[in-house]
Amino acid sequence: MSGVEQGALGRPDERVEGWDKVAGRARYAYEQPVPALYVHPVLSTVARGRVLAVDTGPARASAGVEAVLTHENAERLADTSDAEFAVLQGPHIGFCGQIVAAVVARTPEEARRGADLVQVREYAEEHDVVLGPGHPRLYCPDELNAYPEADTRQGDPAAALERAPVVLDRTYRTPMEHNNPMEPHACTVLWEEGTGGGSLTVYDSTQGVHPVRESLAQVLGLHAEQVRVVSEHVGGGFGSKGSPHAHNVVAALAARAVPGRWVKLALTRQQMFTLVGHRTPTIQRVRLGAARDGVLSAVVHDVEEHTSTVKEFAEQSAVCTRMMYAAPHRRTTHRLAALDVPIPFWMRAPGETPGMFALESALDELACELAMDPIVLRERNEPDLDPETGAPWSDRRLVQCLHEGARRFGWAGRDGRARSRREGEWWVGTGVASAVYPHFVNPGSEVEIVHGQGVYTVSIGAADIGTGARTVLGQIAADALSVPAERVRVRIGDTALPPATVAGGSAGTSSWGSAVVAAARALREEHGSEPGEGARARAGTPEDAVAPGYSVYSFGAHFVEARVHADTGEVRVPRMYGLFSVGRVLNPRLARSQLVGGMVMGLSMALHEHTVMDARLGHVVNHDLAQYHVAAHADVQQVEAEWLEGADVRATPMGSRGVGEIGIVGAAAAVANAAHHATGVRVRNLPLTPDRFLVGPRE
Amino acid sequence: MKPFRYTRARDAASAVATVAADPGARFLAGGTNLVDHLKLGVAEPDHLVDVRGAVDGSVTELADGRVRVGAAVANSDLAAHPLVRARYPVLSAALSSGASGQLRNAATTGGNLLQRTRCPYFQNTATPCNKRDPGSGCGALHGHGRDNAVLGTSERCVATHPSDMAVALAALGAEVRLLTGEGERGVPVSGLYRLPGDRPEQDTVLEQGDLITAVDLPALPWVRRSAYRKVRERASYAFALVSVAAALRIEEGRVVRVRLALGGVAPMPWRAHHAEEALVGRPATEEVFREAARSEFAQARPGRDNAFKVPLAVNTVGAVLRSLAQEEGA
Repeated sequence: MSGVEQGALGRPDERVEGWDKVAGRARYAYEQPVPALYVHPVLSTVARGRVLAVDTGPARASAGVEAVLTHENAERLADTSDAEFAVLQGPHIGFCGQIVAAVVARTPEEARRGADLVQVREYAEEHDVVLGPGHPRLYCPDELNAYPEADTRQGDPAAALERAPVVLDRTYRTPMEHNNPMEPHACTVLWEEGTGGGSLTVYDSTQGVHPVRESLAQVLGLHAEQVRVVSEHVGGGFGSKGSPHAHNVVAALAARAVPGRWVKLALTRQQMFTLVGHRTPTIQRVRLGAARDGVLSAVVHDVEEHTSTVKEFAEQSAVCTRMMYAAPHRRTTHRLAALDVPIPFWMRAPGETPGMFALESALDELACELAMDPIVLRERNEPDLDPETGAPWSDRRLVQCLHEGARRFGWAGRDGRARSRREGEWWVGTGVASAVYPHFVNPGSEVEIVHGQGVYTVSIGAADIGTGARTVLGQIAADALSVPAERVRVRIGDTALPPATVAGGSAGTSSWGSAVVAAARALREEHGSEPGEGARARAGTPEDAVAPGYSVYSFGAHFVEARVHADTGEVRVPRMYGLFSVGRVLNPRLARSQLVGGMVMGLSMALHEHTVMDARLGHVVNHDLAQYHVAAHADVQQVEAEWLEGADVRATPMGSRGVGEIGIVGAAAAVANAAHHATGVRVRNLPLTPDRFLVGPRE
Repeated sequence: MKPFRYTRARDAASAVATVAADPGARFLAGGTNLVDHLKLGVAEPDHLVDVRGAVDGSVTELADGRVRVGAAVANSDLAAHPLVRARYPVLSAALSSGASGQLRNAATTGGNLLQRTRCPYFQNTATPCNKRDPGSGCGALHGHGRDNAVLGTSERCVATHPSDMAVALAALGAEVRLLTGEGERGVPVSGLYRLPGDRPEQDTVLEQGDLITAVDLPALPWVRRSAYRKVRERASYAFALVSVAAALRIEEGRVVRVRLALGGVAPMPWRAHHAEEALVGRPATEEVFREAARSEFAQARPGRDNAFKVPLAVNTVGAVLRSLAQEEGA
């Protein structure tokens, strides 16, 4: 940071709330020590249709039950333009697992029992929950998540493919996947009537208290000032807590039905599989046109995905292909089919994660076809400028990540032929893939710094979802104020504090930290280096936090060793190594945890994760952690993440970029590429389950 | 979750009398499966009779060389017991491969035998399942069938039995000791279970109130060379796609004794009698092992999603017997 003494930043400080968490003192949303009633939702069992009748008699007669909410008796909401929030507003059923009633009772057990006793008669219409290739309902969305254009085209890709000496044409599929943060989505809510039209207090597990306040106020027809949202600690979100969901609305409805009494709601793990978002399945056709030396002339990436009939979410799976490699002729398209499925939403690096599985698998296939080292192939197609915009890169060091990563991993001397290495009962292979993630700084956050008795209190309604945001904001403030970190206190997670944007898009630290620096500068400018008691300053995220005219992304390279059992096809990954270029690393302990966590999630995606929809019954089949497999400890062996030194002052005043998501991007492709190198079996349809490898010299 | 009564049985006889007299009563031991069922609404007993303090929790060697395992012995304790590790490595390995450390600490020998299928349709009361709700239909038959059984199924039910321990016990030919209203009796592990046929709701031959008190492991000195191999998608904490429990004795290059049981492929721990018969007296080569395994699956009826289980089982049997044969040769 220019003009600021270096001190706290770059230091591996421990999370300031770490001991509170391991000692059980940190209080999560559901744990607020208030006498409360409990809410248990009742979910639809058909995927499309309507509620014919709800018999609440047996539930109301059940011990401890105080109220049963249905679409017939629930309060009419003020704004139902976002259909996800139009909870209990009508009889329509848009997916299996939608909230169709809710029971309020004195204990969680009584609420659950009451929910069992609510008799919902449903009328089932024909449903469609499975995305197949060329689905008849495909349409072109008006825009994608975070990107305005569904389709892009440069040059004449069709003609270029015609002319190309080598053409690769492959279709890759990624399955529906679900976020499974350890802490379920939960909230503790109080509605108090009184002057000013009443007030709503919500302790929520969320990636953004201010966005929750805005949504709930709008839905309930309240002024924002009537709603307070608090979220001090969050046990993971990965995107699924980036917005309120239906359970927040039903908890608010329940609270308003019992004014003056707290209500608590925690979704069960099973309920999370239909109510808090998921990653859409994708069908991705990638076509590469290349010369014999590997130089690409054409890249075409066509994506098919699903969304729900209730609400559109268009995952931006091909956007990375727009800028990743040089090729004069390029096209990306996105098509959606609106199915009778739960509403898809953010899951760690939405878009980049499935998209880079396809692109980086295709690069590997092209390298195999050309008998070329896959690192050399990527290097041949390194663009000098952003091929989509023509802008210069702020800090593109992908080739350095690949080269230096290869050196540290031990890539040299690799026999590129598949099925060339056998150790005992295992085929052994190595694979590589690139990683990329865009840099965002969201406008709209504000920071207030108050000085008192030598301590600077930094306040912003930001979220720490386990990343260490609270800690790193303190480090940023300490350096920006040129004081030791011990003299900085950070307050976050409360709408009583200044506004903050969502912890999403790997943009939390960038967006809030830029505002912290601005507020610190303002404090020093207004009050000097010896401010008086109560001296305060406030500033927002500057509009010019990112230098205009540059293309700003983070990059990385994944290296994986995979072993595939020759008899059983089991895939094990003894070694993952990632080298990333993410700008300046503000806290190596926290950054490493984010990067390694992303890589582990990528490993889990590669080997295990797969949500199954039952085509006939229309429900999520494997809706718990026994059936929806995420990587267990035994799957995660040696996982290392390192980064290139250096700061990107064009990205943020701190010189940093985000680290929350890039670790997952490309990781699954590196695993699949390594498994192919081990066995000669190319899996284009995740996950890499053992049955995919039951081919070859045996059965 | 339906409210229920909970009582702690003082002794096995009173527990049996209580549960036999009350169709709404169930035994509770470690609760690692039953408590899930209470929460899911899969089981709705009126009365839980906790038998952990009422049945034996120790492992003892009997005078005739057999080993008696009390029904209340925790899975983790049994896996670690010196007698089991030395004499029945297949059992120790099977137990250690099941569930997670925490679950193995809580789960008991008797409860492990009586755990129910993890078929996703059985566990979801919003879907049809003949095992949970007789006559409602089988959701798995034409639904998501990746985990379905390929042997011993019926049109009514294609669920697999989830236990690892029971597969090892089937290979060993262990005997289950029961206390019933009529007194004590024994039943071989394979005879404890029944195939689904027309009554998939009935997993076992036990009647209401029959209590497992112990499992007797036979004196089989030659199974000191035995192995359990569990194939699963993740490296731990997953049910078997296919598992193989095997013991092998070779003399002069020929199989003289073999025990083979399979998990993950059938509604019960599947003793592979066909394969065993096909192996005895034959040369101990991998091709013979695989051919024998194939013979076991001659009657297999795989569905759309689980056809891979047949080659996977054949490969795994081949690999396990090959490895045991190599040890024997070493």
